Amino acid sequence: MREAFLGGILIGLAVSVMLVFNGRVTGISGIIQGSLFESDGKFWRISLLLGLILGGLTLSILNPELVSQTYTIEKWRYPVAGILVGFGTLLGSGCTSGHGVCGISRLSVRSILATMSFIGFGILTVFILRMFGVTV
Amino acid sequence: MRQNLVSFIVGFIFAIGLGISGMTQPQKVVGFLDLFGNWDPSLVFVMIGAILIHLVVYKLFSKRPSPLLSEKWHLPTKKEVTPSLVVGSALFGIGWALAGYCPGPALVSLSSGSIDVAVFVVSMLLGMIIFKITDKKIGFNR
Repeated sequence: MREAFLGGILIGLAVSVMLVFNGRVTGISGIIQGSLFESDGKFWRISLLLGLILGGLTLSILNPELVSQTYTIEKWRYPVAGILVGFGTLLGSGCTSGHGVCGISRLSVRSILATMSFIGFGILTVFILRMFGVTV
Repeated sequence: MRQNLVSFIVGFIFAIGLGISGMTQPQKVVGFLDLFGNWDPSLVFVMIGAILIHLVVYKLFSKRPSPLLSEKWHLPTKKEVTPSLVVGSALFGIGWALAGYCPGPALVSLSSGSIDVAVFVVSMLLGMIIFKITDKKIGFNR
């Protein structure tokens, strides 16, 4: 739990640096969307995504366990999950970072409701998977 | 230029934070959502840590006329709660639970070289393209 809290603090610091310097929300789904489809502000978005990916590479060198994929589930779940996450985060205007961290910290009613919705439906989905005897 | 550098550093620290917190391990995410089974509360601590810091920084800085490197704030102003907000988030939640990845940790985990992660990321981009096409036709009130 200590690692979880420590990691959370780092995430909080990262999104705070973004707010204080650039005045922006660090919402990863929105940033991916903007880097693909918006003509303005491509560079800061791509810089952030590069930082994320390079951070991942750094982790894989320093502590490969943290990013190695040891989760074994049925293969169909990856493409289905990906499409739902891509479509859902744009329709819902955000994901765990934009709504769950930045929005809740600003006490945004929209973000609080969105977070309740995705955590609630996440819990329901795992419950249903278990009901059908699928490993989770 | 300086804003791009800040963004890069933010992305990097964010990735390290995700890794240390365990959120790049999908079994921990699904474990958090497994409330009625083998519940793993880690994600609660991640969110408490992140929100605690950001809540205070937001309170302290948001009263300034502008951020340090930009002439104005670029924060969301929409207040209206729409069906799209709740339904979109629900779809995201279902996908999140199916594979244990949300957008940030998925990009960070690309470094594992795992085909599963790559399939997830490509499908996520496809999902975004599908959204853009349907949004153009329907014009969702998000």
